[in-house]
Amino acid sequence: MQRATLDLWVGIFVIAGIAALLVLALKVGGMSGIGVGDTYLLVAQFDNIGGLKTRAPVKSAGVVVGRVASIQFDNERFVASVTMNIGKDYKFPKDTSASILTSGLLGEQYIGLEGGGDTANLSAGERIKQTQSAVVLERLIGQFLYSKAAEGGDKK
Amino acid sequence: MRSISQPFRRTRNFAVPNKNIIEIKDVSFAYGTRPILTGIDMAIPRGSTVAIMGISGSGKTTLLRLIAGVIKATRGEVWVDGELVNRLDTAGIYQLRRRMGMMFQFGALFTDLSVYDNVAFQMREHTDLPEAMIRDLVLMKLHAVGLRGAQKLMPSELSGGMARRVALARAIALDPMLMLYDEPFTGLDPIAMGTITNLIKELNAALGATSIVVTHDVEEALNVVDYVYYLADGKMVGHGTPDEIRHTQDALLHQFVYGEMDGPVGYQYPARTLAQDMRLSA
Amino acid sequence: MEHRDLSVRGVGAWTVDNVLRLGYAARFIARTIAASGTSLARPRLVIRELYYTGVLSLIIILVSGLFVGMVLGFQGYHTLQTYGSESALGVLVALSLVRELGPVVSALLFASRAGSAMTAEIGLMKATEQLSAMEMMAVDPIARVVAPRFWAGFISMPLLAAMFSAMGVFGGYLVGVVLIGVDEGSFWSQMQSAVDFRNDIVNGIIKSVVFGFAVTWIALFEGYDAPPTAEGVSGATTRTVVTSSLAILALDFLLTALMFQGV
Repeated sequence: MQRATLDLWVGIFVIAGIAALLVLALKVGGMSGIGVGDTYLLVAQFDNIGGLKTRAPVKSAGVVVGRVASIQFDNERFVASVTMNIGKDYKFPKDTSASILTSGLLGEQYIGLEGGGDTANLSAGERIKQTQSAVVLERLIGQFLYSKAAEGGDKK
Repeated sequence: MRSISQPFRRTRNFAVPNKNIIEIKDVSFAYGTRPILTGIDMAIPRGSTVAIMGISGSGKTTLLRLIAGVIKATRGEVWVDGELVNRLDTAGIYQLRRRMGMMFQFGALFTDLSVYDNVAFQMREHTDLPEAMIRDLVLMKLHAVGLRGAQKLMPSELSGGMARRVALARAIALDPMLMLYDEPFTGLDPIAMGTITNLIKELNAALGATSIVVTHDVEEALNVVDYVYYLADGKMVGHGTPDEIRHTQDALLHQFVYGEMDGPVGYQYPARTLAQDMRLSA
Repeated sequence: MEHRDLSVRGVGAWTVDNVLRLGYAARFIARTIAASGTSLARPRLVIRELYYTGVLSLIIILVSGLFVGMVLGFQGYHTLQTYGSESALGVLVALSLVRELGPVVSALLFASRAGSAMTAEIGLMKATEQLSAMEMMAVDPIARVVAPRFWAGFISMPLLAAMFSAMGVFGGYLVGVVLIGVDEGSFWSQMQSAVDFRNDIVNGIIKSVVFGFAVTWIALFEGYDAPPTAEGVSGATTRTVVTSSLAILALDFLLTALMFQGV
């Protein structure tokens, strides 16, 4: 084996190994802020975000239009403040509403945007005013039981 | 300690050069309680070629390993070039070995290095010589054993005799003052055997070195050496010049030299009598 | 397998023999590390061994990693789908690879690919008196032959394990996202929010470093200690694979237990 060939292969080996470590750290461990294409930010506040995670999809009419960039707790209003990265190509009117939805019964949670009728569009960094929180299963069941009990009371 | 004592030793060596390069005084060696060598005395003068002979298991390779400092004598003194081998530490033994060359039974060439790199090995490990000079030296050594043309071959491409010659070139790479040969003739065809025999003789003269040949090949050894030591069962049972050995009156030595089947070394492995084994007595 | 004396005496002798051997092995690795100066002064010796231990193990590591990841993709999807949470596929694939399968499987492959080769090579060098010849030339075989191989193994193992895991995640992505159609965003996003750099990735690397140390130690010692015959060397090679595999699994259990305490 020629000395140069051997060196070349060992060099490739070491570079590939370090590259694999970097991939693990950045892509798998999430030590990066990847923004795919040009985006702008929108903010929405929710009373309860349920199990929403950063990088969860933002969908409108079922189409993925962006990703959740960050989730913070607003210390003054005691709500969750969610920042979203929305693709430059997607425009939403001022009276758009945002809700936290679940795909399937136990699936992942995402943000659904529903456009209104306003002629002016939301600009970068603006806040979506109408929001609907995540459905919390326990609360739903509680409500259901309460209404059933109420029904039973009416019949008597 | 060493730094103070060493210059003294050097001066003494130069002032009174030992006539004998090797002196072995009443040396015994045992593996645990099993004795291998007992009460060996030997003196090998500088410039001579000596054979240590004996049948397999007689302890001759052990004696060679004692001289090389691989193992240490349990009793007695082994002096090599004015140094007491059994008192040296590892660094001292390594220092001594730079003045020794050893050729192993089957060559023991480094299989992952080419012929050229094998011969260059010691020069690269122990000297800072520029590559151009190493090249000249390697080619000279290879030329001495007639294998300059084989420098690019790998050890796996060599015949047994060629491998032995490369091993010889490698052993003389740093011009040793003491050459040790461990069974140099084993498994060689007659031509290769003749070549090695001649090389041992010529190189000893050219290097001005001392050679010790451990072997059980009687004819070749008697042709090469000046003096023969004969070992049996870990004891020195006879020594003399090749002529004296050829005309020995000693029954054991006679059996060995002439390859007789039966003699003091019995043909039959100790056993019950034939009649008993064949159940003839019943 | 050689015959074992099962009497009390035999078992006792066997135990004493093995304790002695362990002591010898410990002295051997200490000497190897102490004799690493040559490897540092002449990195070329280590680079050469990196080729034989690292580069030559690349193919088996990459291919196995890809397949293990693809199987994880299928099996994980199958299980998660029952609970409607197939979007967690990324988490499952990445965590199993980074924490366990990556370090363990790549170490097992490394032991049988590179470890056995190391044992056979050193065993043969000993059997053909190459090591003795080196000693006779006043060159310490531990410094010249053993130590560079030790460092090469020690360096290669974490790199190979990282490549195995990365390849596995890619395999899981191929099956989960490209083939089955799990949402790409949630595959990566859930993975990234669930995999912790310190607790998962760094711990995985620590594991592979420990395994690399253990496998190279066992392989080199078995080679160095092998009886200088054909059967001796082949027996030592087998022992390398068996002992390293057991050592990897036992160490994995120990390390996992230790690491879980902190979480």
